[in-house]
Amino acid sequence: MVENRPLLNVFSHAVLIVGVALIALPLYVAFVASTHTLETVMRTPMPLWPGDQLLENYSQVLTAGSTRGSKAAVAQMLVNSLMMALVIPLGKITISIVSAFAIVYFRFPLRMFFFWMIFVTLMLPVEVRIIPTFKVIADLGLLNTYTGLTVPLIASATATFLFRQFFMTIPDELAEAARVDGAGPMRFFRDIVLPLSKTSMAALFVIQFIYGWNQYLWPLLVTSEESMYTTVIGIKRMMVGGDAATEWQLVMATAILAMLPPALVVVLMQKWFVKGLVETEK
Amino acid sequence: MASVSFRQVRKTYGDLEVIHGVTVEIADGEFIVIVGPSGCGKSTLLRMVAGLEEITSGEIAIGERVVNRIEPAQRDIAMVFQNYALYPHMTVYENMAYGLKIAKVPRDEIEQRVQKAARILELSDYLKRKPRQLSGGQRQRVAMGRAIVRMPKVYLFDEPLSNLDAKLRAQTRLEIQKLHADLGTTSLFVTHDQVEAMTLAQRMIVMNAGVVEQVGTPEQVYLQPATTFVASFIGSPPMNLVKGVVKGDRFEFGVGSVVLPVAAPRQGPLTLGMRPEHADIVGDDPSGWRLQVEVVEMLGAERLVYGRLCGESFTLRIDAMRPAPRPGDILTLKERPEHLHWFDSDTGMRVPS
Repeated sequence: MVENRPLLNVFSHAVLIVGVALIALPLYVAFVASTHTLETVMRTPMPLWPGDQLLENYSQVLTAGSTRGSKAAVAQMLVNSLMMALVIPLGKITISIVSAFAIVYFRFPLRMFFFWMIFVTLMLPVEVRIIPTFKVIADLGLLNTYTGLTVPLIASATATFLFRQFFMTIPDELAEAARVDGAGPMRFFRDIVLPLSKTSMAALFVIQFIYGWNQYLWPLLVTSEESMYTTVIGIKRMMVGGDAATEWQLVMATAILAMLPPALVVVLMQKWFVKGLVETEK
Repeated sequence: MASVSFRQVRKTYGDLEVIHGVTVEIADGEFIVIVGPSGCGKSTLLRMVAGLEEITSGEIAIGERVVNRIEPAQRDIAMVFQNYALYPHMTVYENMAYGLKIAKVPRDEIEQRVQKAARILELSDYLKRKPRQLSGGQRQRVAMGRAIVRMPKVYLFDEPLSNLDAKLRAQTRLEIQKLHADLGTTSLFVTHDQVEAMTLAQRMIVMNAGVVEQVGTPEQVYLQPATTFVASFIGSPPMNLVKGVVKGDRFEFGVGSVVLPVAAPRQGPLTLGMRPEHADIVGDDPSGWRLQVEVVEMLGAERLVYGRLCGESFTLRIDAMRPAPRPGDILTLKERPEHLHWFDSDTGMRVPS
């Protein structure tokens, strides 16, 4: 559609700019707050230009956490979060690509039954099964461990379902051609299915990385030692209730730190991510 | 190279039998085309040879070896699929080399075989490309290349030309013929296109509804169709078939009767078949057949005349050099006696004259 209406252009740009500002302003304020001392932050109105405490605040949280709330170093928390955000997607992708492969390409008894079993778990979000899961993890003595943090979140119907749908779009002739070429099932999986699924895997990785990174409820339940806190939990633990004033400049610094890795992953993998969602190489 | 034998081959899906006992012997080095309308079981038959469909009963043998229970890769066959089934993430070279790599053929021999196949198929410049960077015709050639490098005993083609445009199809048809002349490998070629079938086949298998209707050279199939199905399926426009009753030297059908130029094989109800081109227009002959012209189509070298003979529709093919009949004209026809085909009206089987 070719249109040349300057007024409309101005208007639509104005709407877009306002929209971006609405979303970006809180982020900006968080950043500004993380560069001032507590006194400056608490003053009304809060300054809207970055201050000179950037290095002090960030090195403070990274090495020693807050002084009034949680005293765990955020650096350790970032490592914990990264563990979760890496192990969960990698585990999910590994397990679900194999199970989807089995469901699509093999005829075994009760195949559809198992597929529906997996599918039904889609209807059970983490929150619904969190008490029994917690009990299992606690009884296994996995509280405050990486295993306890990640394993219960790895099983994934969504990813299995997604891979199944993708495999079903791979033409049958490709599997048949591979059979005529002498490729056994696992060879076909390795040589044909895996390379074709690359973009889907990348897209899933991005989504699941953010999912793992942003987990809140589950780490809140299974971690009680400061050394096992994830960053998102750390933010919460830095806020102190009651009379003591929360050190907002440190909380905001942690929030910014918590925001960076997912943003980085999205930016770095954007090309793959979009490809995986729109393009199928067949 | 090897012969292929079908012995009472049947295929059922659940209770539904789709192939009703096929018995055909294919000689070593023959180019066989399996032709039939869609759903007749021709692809299923081919896929049973490939080992992609199980054989419900009966036997398929390649050479001396019964292959019923042998994996596709061990059957010494190569298959070209309708949609080519190229591996999208591999280059042309890797696509062709994949089967050999799995078969653990030494690397320099793979290289040599792929290069040779690429030369034959004029793909040498495209070996580093991915399939999606190729045109339809080139992809088709890669699919053939993948079959050639394996040096199989039997080539299986599953409608490999139907995704190409008309011009490319004719050209590829010639290439396949040349290739077969060079390699001399037994080939089974499935198609629903009768032109492809007629031009490529040394012998053709005409199938309908899971039954082999006729096996024979294109000439035999065209000139001596074994059933009314073959008569109407092969040839364009199809053979004129009229059901009627033979009484003495006359054949009664529709709203009248005609004089037969030669005695019918028997009296009573029969179906008469006549190719559109096997009738001559004569001036005035009391024993001639009177065709009332309805529509005339000009095809360049020839004209198709659609009309009614004793009220039944009848098609005539005449040379375009002759004066064109006009709708409403009455033409007097003289059928060539050697080209009348008789079929049993109930079974559709040919009645020898």
